[in-house]
Parts: sequence; structure tokens; C-alpha cells
Amino acid sequence: MRFAVRRTIFYLITAWAAVTINFLIPRLMPGDPVTALMGRMQGRIDSNAEESIRVLFGLDTSSSIWQQYVDYWGLLLRGDLGLSFTFFPTPVAEIVQQALPWTIGLVGIATIIAFVLGTSIGVAIGWRRGTWADALLPITTFFSAVPYFWLGLIAITVFSVTLGWFPSSGSYDRGMVPAWSWEFVGSVIYYGFLPALTVVLSSIAGWILGMRNMVVTVSSEDYVTVAHAKGLPERTVMVGYAARNAILPQVSNFALSLGFVVGGTLIMEMVFSYQGIGYTLFQAVNTQDYPLMQGCFLVITLAVLGANIIADFVYAALDPRARQEG
Amino acid sequence: MTASTLDVPAPTGAVGEPVLEIENLSVDYGYVDDATHVLRDVSLTLHRGEVLGLAGESGCGKSTLAYAATRLLPPPGLITSGSVHFTDRDGRRTDVLRQSDAELRASRWRDTAIVFQGAMNSLNPVYRVGRQIADGILAHRPGMRRREAWDQAASLLEMVGINADRLRDFPHQLSGGMRQRVMIAMALALDPQVLIMDEPTTALDVVMQRQIVEEIADLRQRLGFSVVFITHDVSLLIEIADRIAIMYAGDIVEDAGAEEIYRRPRHPYSSALLHSFPPLRGERRELTGIPGAPPDMHRLPPGCPFAPRCAHAMDVCREVRPGLTATALGDRGAQEAARRVACHLHDPASAGAHGLPPDLSR
Ligand SMILES: Nc1ncnc2c1ncn2[C@@H]1O[C@H](COP(=O)(O)OP(=O)(O)O)[C@@H](O)[C@H]1O
Ligand code: SF4
Ligand SMILES: [Mg+2]
Repeated sequence: MRFAVRRTIFYLITAWAAVTINFLIPRLMPGDPVTALMGRMQGRIDSNAEESIRVLFGLDTSSSIWQQYVDYWGLLLRGDLGLSFTFFPTPVAEIVQQALPWTIGLVGIATIIAFVLGTSIGVAIGWRRGTWADALLPITTFFSAVPYFWLGLIAITVFSVTLGWFPSSGSYDRGMVPAWSWEFVGSVIYYGFLPALTVVLSSIAGWILGMRNMVVTVSSEDYVTVAHAKGLPERTVMVGYAARNAILPQVSNFALSLGFVVGGTLIMEMVFSYQGIGYTLFQAVNTQDYPLMQGCFLVITLAVLGANIIADFVYAALDPRARQEG
Repeated sequence: MTASTLDVPAPTGAVGEPVLEIENLSVDYGYVDDATHVLRDVSLTLHRGEVLGLAGESGCGKSTLAYAATRLLPPPGLITSGSVHFTDRDGRRTDVLRQSDAELRASRWRDTAIVFQGAMNSLNPVYRVGRQIADGILAHRPGMRRREAWDQAASLLEMVGINADRLRDFPHQLSGGMRQRVMIAMALALDPQVLIMDEPTTALDVVMQRQIVEEIADLRQRLGFSVVFITHDVSLLIEIADRIAIMYAGDIVEDAGAEEIYRRPRHPYSSALLHSFPPLRGERRELTGIPGAPPDMHRLPPGCPFAPRCAHAMDVCREVRPGLTATALGDRGAQEAARRVACHLHDPASAGAHGLPPDLSR
């Protein structure tokens, strides 16, 4: 219990720091691109929206920085991230809200598949180390060594352009109306297959290699030898003793890698023109849409933080030593 | 009397039928031509009800012998020849090295249980100790309910002097001595006939060492299993063992009754080893280390492996490896006749006019 409280406090502080940095960065930026953009938008922004943009970007020079900080928190807590310049006058919060499920759905599922599949394969290879199974390693390592955008482009060239099996871009058939129907969900899966496949291919090698090496290490631990000596069935020793302990560092790596998932998402969504948060950020950068950029950054930061919280608690659930450290 | 000063009943010394017979066991580390021959034709017999001590400096192959005899040798260890016969209570004799995987799994822990050198790492850190005792029981008693296995685990813990509440503890919540007791309780879960203990007390302080040794002696007396007690500390063996085998560079160099070895060592290495540890009890003796270091097992010279460190080394010692044979003093009675030693000094033809030095012929 004390563990949960301590971790919660830690994450609250981290979240506070992330939001505060997000508040400070536009105020530290040299020049004033926002004022320039505001000038271009003159007359098209209503006074309320202008007010919130001023607060979000520190153009509100009339009040003190503390007052600005308080106002900024006030806006965030109400879910007001300002208005997008590019999709004016759509609120940033709304754009982010539409993009986020696509990213979480596609990249989240792909990452989980890669983790589960890679970890299982790693256990099998590690348990039978030194046999033919090790031959699988160079193949998977090849896919992870290829830069992601290159892998994506090759996948599009082969499977979309040449073979015509999968669409090369988008997230569902534009002729359909989004709804919870089998037809629409099928289309989403069809469109998402190729991007998901490339994400899995490029990240699975890390999980396989990490788990394989850990299983090899743990297999020589005394408690695994004791498990054999007790006459436990081989499956029990492999899963309950070797893999059960080998997965612990894998879970920490999972949390760490989530940070990189976001970067990977950006490239994947660019290559496949997939309408997730990465693609939205890409568009925002292209059109100098500062409110949208800031909104994307904030959401990405919080998402990574949230994923880390989950990984942290999963780790604690798996390792009794982590629960009482300190 | 040094062997029976403990508060627990002294070892009886009565020798029963063989229960574990290791014959000509050879083990290599590495698969290629230049593999290290760590065990070379080692033979050792454990009798029913006996505590057999196995002593020797670190690196001489004691653990390798224990792992090989139970087929738990980690790669790149490889058994190249030999047999390990186990005889159960009905007199059925099986070669452990030739059992199928299924037979082996079924007989492990039930016939021979082991307590390993690293008590600290012998428990899985992520499971409660109760679960780890219970899963061993359940693996061999398929019909048994989990609840029953836990109850049994509780009484096992109490048997080794640990409160049953501790079943729900994780290993890191226990002290080193407690963990070692848990391992002993776990090893006794299926009422095995042979218990192999590899340096069970090495990581513990002296007080805890004594407690554990006394406890093992006591449990053996009550439950009647046989013990192979491995240690680099011979003085500890004098307290608990009926018989002691001294190992050097992968060979058994002397095999005799504990009292016999302690009072009248016949091999120069046994004598040197005895003089390098303070006895826990009994008369004090002058401590002298053994000069030099154990040989590199990867390139053993021909002849006696102890020759470079032996004060009595002769020319023949550097050429011919001595075999384990009767002592030169076999005419001194039955006990002496039962002793085995691997040293050219005991071969009248080699020892020549010098005969046996006085410190080896007491
Ligand atoms: N994995 C291994 N590879 C190569 N040599 C090994 C390995 N394990 C042990 N040995 C060698 O085997 C010899 C005996 O080791 P061990 O049985 O652990 O000795 P002890 O238990 O008596 O200290 C040592 O000389 C050691 O160098
Ligand atoms: S055989 Fe020779 S070298 Fe070896 S212990 Fe005996 S006397 Fe010493
Ligand atoms: Mg050892």
C-alpha cells in the first residue's frame, strides 16, 4: 500500500513537471511566431478564443507570470487547449480527441502483439539455446536494423503497389460512415493491417532478443536447478521459474520503450498517412499550428506517463521485492 | 572423543547396504578435444543410514560430483562415462544415468534430494516459500489437494524450527539461516532416502553453522535418510560424518571412517587439509596452510596431481598416477583394511627404503 502511495506521488509530480514545461517552452521561444500568426488570423478569431490563446502561449503580457500560470492550469483543467489555426475554428482538444483513439488502437495493439509474440518466442529460443532455434535471431534482427520508414515504404511498394493486397494509406474506406458495424470495423482492420505489421516487424526483434538472453541467464540460476531437482515438469520449470523471472526486466524495458513508440508512431503515420496523433503533429508542424502542436505534445507526454504508471504497477505485481524496496 | 561431543545422538557408524553407488564417473567441461577432465573415474559408495563427508579445497570437483550424480550438470558439463546406481527400500537397483526423462523426473526429490551451495539463490524470489515447498510435493502426488500440500509444508517448516506463519513470506523476507532451513525442509518434503548437501553452511556464520549441522544430525537420526555432506571445511565433517572421502583435483584420494581420517590420515593431502582448519571441538592443533595452489584442471601434469605441493613426492609420483588402493598398514586390523588411499607411499615397491613417514603411519 505504501508503495502505491509513493508511486502515485511520484507520478503526480512528474505530470506537474511535464505540464509546467509545456507552459514554459512557448514563453522561452525566441521571436514571436504566434503573434505573427495571430496577426494573420486577425478578425477571424473571436475575443474569447483569442484570450485563451494568449493565456496558453504567454502573449498575455498584461498579467504576471504567476497569474498566467494559474490561468493556464485553469484552462487545462477545463479541457481547453485553444483553437487550431489550421482547422480554424475547431478546438485543439477536439482534434486531439479524434486522432488519439486511432494511434492508441493501432500502435497500442501492434506494440502489445510485438511484446507478447516476441517474449514468447524469446522464451522458446532461450530455453532451447544452442539449437536450430537460434537461427531465427539474425532474421528478426535484420528487420529491426532496417530503418522504419524504409521498411514501411518497402511494405507499401510490395503489398499495395505491386500486389495490390492492402491499401497504401488512410485508416478506413472513405466511402463509409464511421459506425460500430462489422463492415466498418473490418475496413479499419484491413487498412490497419499493413502499418501494424511493419510496427510489429520492426520492434519484435528487441523483445525476442531481450527475453532470450534473460531466459538463458535465469536458466543457470540456482532456483531453476532446484526446480529441476524437485522433479517438476519441464513446462512448469520453463514457464513458472525461468520465464516468470526473465520477464521482469522485459516489463521495465516495455515502459522505457513506450517513449520511443511515440516517435515511431510519428514516422509510421507519416508513411501511411494514418490519421493518428503523430500525423496530426506532423501537420501541425508543417502549418506552424502552435496551439495544435502544444496540444499534441501535452497529450503524448501524458500518454507516455500513463503507460509508465501501468508498467510500474504491473512490475510491482510481478516482483514482491519491488513492492517493499526503500 | 571428538565425534560424539554433540548433544544429539552420535552417528551410529553401523554400515547398511549401499544406497547410492557412484562408479567410475567421469565428467568433462567443454565438448571439444581440449575439454577439461574434471572428474576422472570417481567411485564412491553411500550406505543406508550413513553420513558421508566429501571434503577438498574449492575447485576440486565436489559440486561437479553432486550435480553429475543427480544429472543436474549445467552445460558445458558432460558425463562421459560411469554409472550411478540407486537402491530403493525394496532393494530395486536403478542406474540414474540411464533412466528416461520421465523416470528421472518421477524419481527426483523422492529418491535423492539436494540442498545446493547457494542457499541465497536457491529460492525463487517471486514465489512465497510455501508455494515452493508445495509445488515439489504436488509434482509427485498428483491427486493431492493444494491445501493439503500447504499443510504438509507447514509441518515441514516447524520440523526445522521455523514458525509456520513464514509460509506466506517471500524469500527476501527471510534471513540467510532461515532460507537454508527452508531448503532443508523442502528437501525432506518427500521423505527422500538420500540427501546431498553441497556446502549447506558455507555462507552462514559460525553459530548458525553449528545449529544447522546439529539439526541435520538430529533429523537424520529421526527420519533415517542417508547424507552426502559436501564441504571444503573438514573440521565440520568430523562433527557429523561417519565416513569421509577426501577429494583432490577431481580424484578421491582417501576414503575412511571419520575418526580414522581425523586421527590417522594416510594421505599427505588429507593430513595437510586437516592442519589447515581449526577444529570446532576437540584438541587444538597447530595450523599450517597447504603450500602452493590447487592445479589447473585444464592441464594436469602426468602422475600424482598433488606432487608439486607434496613434501614426500618421489620420482614415481611425477610419472604414474596413483590409484585408490588399500593402505600399507592393512595388517593393523579390519578398520585399517577397509581404508582406501591413492598415494605411492603406500605401495611398498615405490616407497622403497623410506617407508611411510611417521605422520602418515600413526
Ligand atoms: N562451467 C564450467 N566450465 C568449465 N570448467 C568448470 C565449469 N564449472 C566448473 N568448472 C571447473 O570444474 C572444477 C570443479 O568445480 P566444482 O565442482 O565447482 O568444485 P568444488 O565444488 O569442489 O569447489 C573447477 O576446477 C572448475 O574450474
Ligand atoms: S603419490 Fe607422491 S606426490 Fe602424490 S601424495 Fe603420494 S607421495 Fe605425495
Ligand atoms: Mg562447490
